Amino acid sequence: MSRLPVRKTYKLFIGGEFPRSESGRTYEAEGQNVARASRKDVRDAVRAARGAFGKWSGMTAYNRGQVLYRIAEMMEARRSEFADFCSGPKEVERSIDRVVWYAGWADKLAQVLGSSNPVAGPYFNFTVPEPTGVVGIIAPPEPALAGLVSRVAPAIVGGNAAVVVASESHPLAAVELAEVLATADVPGGVVNILTGRREELAPVLAGHMDVNALDVSGADGEVPELEKLAAENVKRVVHGAPDDQSPWEIAGFLELKTVWHPIGV
Amino acid sequence: MTELERKQDRAPIPSGWDYASAPESREIVKVRERYGLFVGGEWLEPKETYTTIDPASEEPLAEVGQATEKEVKLAVSAAREAFENGWSALPGSERAKYLFRIARILQERSREFAVLESLNGGKPIRESRDVDLPLSAAHFFYYAGWADKLEYAFPNRKPKPLGVAGQIIPWNFPLLMLAWKIAPALAAGNTVVLKPDETTPLSALLFCDVLRQAELPPGVVNIVTGDGRAGAALVKDEVDKVAFTGSTEVGKAIQRELAGTGKKLTLELGGKAANVIFDDAALDQAVEGIINGIYFNQGHVCCAGSRLLVQESVYEDVISKLKRRLQTLRVGDPLDKNTDVGAINSRQQLDKIQELVASGEEEGAEIYQPPCRLPEKGYWFVPTVFTNVAQSYRIAQEEIFGPVLSVLTFRTPDEAIEKANNTPYGLSAGVWTEKGSRILSMAQRLRAGVIWANTYNRFDPTSPFGGYKESGFGREGGLHGLEPYLKFE
Amino acid sequence: MAQAPALPTGFELPLEPRLPRIGSIDQVAIEERAGTLAKRSIKRESKVFALELAVRMTDLTTLEGSDTPGKVASLASKAIRPDPSDPGVPSVAALCVYPNLVPNAVERLRGSDVKVASVATAFPSGQSPLEVKLEEVRWVVEHGADEVDMVIDRGAFLAGRYAKVYDEIVQVKQASGDAHLKVILETGELGTYDNVRRASLLAMAAGADFIKTSTGKLSSAATLPVALVMLEAIRDVYEETGRRVGFKPAGGIRNAKQAVQHLVLTHETLGVDWLTPDLYRFGASTLLNDILMQLRKEKTGRYQSPDYFTID
Repeated sequence: MSRLPVRKTYKLFIGGEFPRSESGRTYEAEGQNVARASRKDVRDAVRAARGAFGKWSGMTAYNRGQVLYRIAEMMEARRSEFADFCSGPKEVERSIDRVVWYAGWADKLAQVLGSSNPVAGPYFNFTVPEPTGVVGIIAPPEPALAGLVSRVAPAIVGGNAAVVVASESHPLAAVELAEVLATADVPGGVVNILTGRREELAPVLAGHMDVNALDVSGADGEVPELEKLAAENVKRVVHGAPDDQSPWEIAGFLELKTVWHPIGV
Repeated sequence: MTELERKQDRAPIPSGWDYASAPESREIVKVRERYGLFVGGEWLEPKETYTTIDPASEEPLAEVGQATEKEVKLAVSAAREAFENGWSALPGSERAKYLFRIARILQERSREFAVLESLNGGKPIRESRDVDLPLSAAHFFYYAGWADKLEYAFPNRKPKPLGVAGQIIPWNFPLLMLAWKIAPALAAGNTVVLKPDETTPLSALLFCDVLRQAELPPGVVNIVTGDGRAGAALVKDEVDKVAFTGSTEVGKAIQRELAGTGKKLTLELGGKAANVIFDDAALDQAVEGIINGIYFNQGHVCCAGSRLLVQESVYEDVISKLKRRLQTLRVGDPLDKNTDVGAINSRQQLDKIQELVASGEEEGAEIYQPPCRLPEKGYWFVPTVFTNVAQSYRIAQEEIFGPVLSVLTFRTPDEAIEKANNTPYGLSAGVWTEKGSRILSMAQRLRAGVIWANTYNRFDPTSPFGGYKESGFGREGGLHGLEPYLKFE
Repeated sequence: MAQAPALPTGFELPLEPRLPRIGSIDQVAIEERAGTLAKRSIKRESKVFALELAVRMTDLTTLEGSDTPGKVASLASKAIRPDPSDPGVPSVAALCVYPNLVPNAVERLRGSDVKVASVATAFPSGQSPLEVKLEEVRWVVEHGADEVDMVIDRGAFLAGRYAKVYDEIVQVKQASGDAHLKVILETGELGTYDNVRRASLLAMAAGADFIKTSTGKLSSAATLPVALVMLEAIRDVYEETGRRVGFKPAGGIRNAKQAVQHLVLTHETLGVDWLTPDLYRFGASTLLNDILMQLRKEKTGRYQSPDYFTID
């Protein structure tokens, strides 16, 4: 008589916790009942992200880099689970290495993206990159894990907080990632993951007035509509690469601040 | 009534609230009786050894190798072998992961290393625990992230590693100086042979165990111990690059030795930093900054704020606050968490400090030392302030490398700049003023590689460090710290 | 003879009596220094002395809208005999109450050495007309208060009306007669360490016997860096004029460890002379029981449970 396994319940990840959708709905994906987020869940997630942004952006870059490295540590421990939810071990390894790659950028962004500017006058002038705030991410439908990680890591390494609409067809990798985030010293609310119908959730995120940037890498035909909604509060719209890495992917979510000060006795 | 009265009688106040001695336990670190040389991932039996001691008690700690020319050659060959057969071909992202491992292991074992550092070098445990170790781990963490991003640091220049780096470090921050040398070298794809100072070899030797735990391929890092003879042998051997931190005298000798060889060189040498206090400075905090500038690590810091330049209009206030603050400095057992000032690194260094202090008194400066009871054994020097110092006195010109501060005055910013720059050194300087434009103006005009405004002795792996003039050339830390370890098309 | 015009601001000339220069405070440095001092550990023998001293320097406080004569009666017993099972534990310095409860406190503490301190001047906000505030001060003094804890007008201070703040303190000092005056700065509302220093010097110039950090009604209160700023101001006044002004941290000191950290800070900054109830008080309510627990632990070697100490 073989042992009956205890099955996992696939819930949302908001504010560092795992609630069900306030609508009580689920949908079937990859053979499981997965929480189906509603517009109110989007509202709650944005609130959680905004609440976490102050602390996350206030941490030193070194600290953030260490947190991202710990995400990689936790992912490495769950390689076999992740492999079941994406194309296989190679994609898992690529994803872990990608997180490590981005972790190393945290304390280097200011040096590569910032500058001291030689203005024509007795002023000290410098430019520093700063996180934009709350980033809404429409995750790529494929690859299930690498696509997700390739969009989340650059958003948060610079200090932003994120609300992610996971891949509709392959959401389990995202829920697995949520479990990793919950154990990797990531402050609650820095990353929030919503599973559900993209066509229902994306416009809510795109039109939310307290979201500063929108990553449409995972949206397809809906992009023009989403961009129009984004214009309501002048969101920065980012068309990211679904499976690549570059400091310019990070820069898409950063503002640049320039400061002047006179030089004199 | 009487009972109540009795209760109100004051209990005798203990004379001087004594802090409990709060010693960090030595149990946490296992010091072997004897160490070999770490070459090609193995421990080599050295032909010759010497004893390394604890300068706070003169207690012998272990026997370590005095590497001979032959043994140094073996180490360089091992490094060359590792470079050509693996390390340089490894993708940057894999090199990065080794360095991340080293960083994390140092974090895990940081208390162990901190105790060893204080035991072998004499610096207070509070410093080794709160400054040396965190910065060492952070240095590896920072450079780990560069290993696979070199093309972003040097766009369009196709950076490549140099090959084998010979690195010689001093005794004042043994593990931290090791991190400053090894991390960027490895991130850039080089392999190294490192020689720690002969008085402080133990943390470098324990570091070899971290390398074992990180599974770093053999020969990528090699550690040879010994005095200046081993260093000279390393410099002369088949290395592609030499990195040296130490005295200006030896730095010049190395530069002469390398002339015409094509070997790349970086030098981080001595300093005689001016710490400039203006009358609008936040005074009590400026005094803390002075203390930090010259008594931190017993003044054994190349960038120590050893010359205090005080604006005359605030001279009396500063000196009286300084003298009062000196009285609360605690000199004593480096392993005691309450100790502020630890032991002097060696007999030699103590002799040098005593000689210069004597010269100060002879030349006419006024000396102040707070009352202080020093232990019988070990090497100790009381924190000292000289006032009425002239620019020409030896104590204002030569690097003392001890807890001795020389105080001079100035009237205007121009005069401060003149006096501050009037030295063959140019490593660091401090400016204390609440006025922003003045900070920037002073920073612009001070000829020093590191300028601290309203703070002192702050280090970070992202922040480039290095000197002007006879304080050396090349920078360590930051993006710029990678450059000395690369060649470009 | 014609009067010379007053010097404009910017010359930092002290008011009468002489004062040290106002200057500024560097936030990063002061927080670091306070942090380092907080890590000192003191000898066990010194610890028992420090804890008993802390008890003798406590102003046991109740400042609630719901205070009644019954509450004051029970607190008064505690003030006189903090630990009934250990007569070696001394009485506290004072009992601190709202004006209405002053007569009850006086009655209950009669015959003991515990002083009666009363808050006054529209505590905690200070937002009432001066005449009303002065009347309140006179009333509490008439009814037996030994000490007056006043609040400065923070609205006036933040609006830059320093002369008004100064005058009020001078007049409250007069109205206090022989009662000693503590001036509460409410540092949590002042915004910067620079302002804490300015307010401290202003209060001392106006005649404060003590300067006090907070009303205890705000969440941020007597942090170590704030205490360090105020102690340095006290020290500067002492060096300049020879006058010793006392210090009372209040609010946020909940356990013995924090209290000892404050004492260490004071010892390093001002020396032993200030470690006496005449120049140092802790404003506290729950602190006392924690100190008693620590004292018993030091004397018996065993960690204690709150069940064995009365809640009054």
